[in-house]
Amino acid sequence: MDHASAQQHPISLYLKVWALLFVLSTFSYLVDYFHFQGLLRWLLILVFMAMKATLIVAIFMHLRWERLALIYAILLPPLCVLVLVALMAIEGDYTFLTRATFFANGP
Amino acid sequence: MSAIAHTDPNAAAGGWRSVVADWSGDRQAFQVPWGKAMMWIFLLSDTFVFSCFLTGYMAVRITTTAPWPNPSEVFALTIGGQSIPLILIAIMTFILITSSGTMAMAVNYAYRRDRVRSAALMIVTALFGACFVGMQAFEWTKLIHEGVRPWGNPMGAAQFGSTFFMITGFHGLHVSAGVIYLLTVAARVLAGRYEQGGNYQIVEIAGLYWHFVDLVWVFIFALFYLW
Repeated sequence: MDHASAQQHPISLYLKVWALLFVLSTFSYLVDYFHFQGLLRWLLILVFMAMKATLIVAIFMHLRWERLALIYAILLPPLCVLVLVALMAIEGDYTFLTRATFFANGP
Repeated sequence: MSAIAHTDPNAAAGGWRSVVADWSGDRQAFQVPWGKAMMWIFLLSDTFVFSCFLTGYMAVRITTTAPWPNPSEVFALTIGGQSIPLILIAIMTFILITSSGTMAMAVNYAYRRDRVRSAALMIVTALFGACFVGMQAFEWTKLIHEGVRPWGNPMGAAQFGSTFFMITGFHGLHVSAGVIYLLTVAARVLAGRYEQGGNYQIVEIAGLYWHFVDLVWVFIFALFYLW
């Protein structure tokens, strides 16, 4: 059964993705090794992270060969987390400023 | 399931039309075996668990007025008299990526019904996973010896310890569970349990879990260790 949904791809594809993940991991390690700082550091970290995550989900987890209904069901809900992240970042900044104002001389 | 797919003209359509076709009509929405759909839904819920941990980590790191310990220095190892930043974490990352590669190949061989090779690759994957957990235990031991506790540490902000132990601990627990899971599936594949039906979907489902563990590490590596 399920010959249609059985994922069958050449081994070479996995080896290529594997090599690519190695290279990207090395790059993200080098970001730290060469002490990139500030905006450039964060940008590079996030770009490499997104590229690695995309490769794993799309190729290793075979999501790019699934039907769109499943892809949307998996990929859209985590976007809600971005709202939480935004709210917590705003709240965090406020808490930090409050602490800096009131606890500046130590607890 | 496949009978429906063949009789419904919309099922063959691509893009948005296929989404509408799959979700409407009061029938099965996901054209995959139930085990795979359930694993994806479990992984989705796990995504939210880890997202909440990482968001919590972000929140305490923003709010703390004490300086955050520099992960690059905290996780440095002295090898041959030279201090190399973050080297252990880098090796752990490479090990986990390699295990993901061997797992992807195990799934491939399973669908080709080459059960010996598939089981062997799964066992290799599990060994890499066990290696990862071992290195994590080493890292924990080192940090605990240096005085890092969930409630404080000598390097800076107290929240560093709590978020570190919680996030890496929960991830390590997932890796440990994955090792047991993979060994169980490998033993069953090797014993020929799925030979009669010829359905090796279970290997891909176990693979989904394993790749997810690798995926979570990508985020932890970037957001906790490199940030």
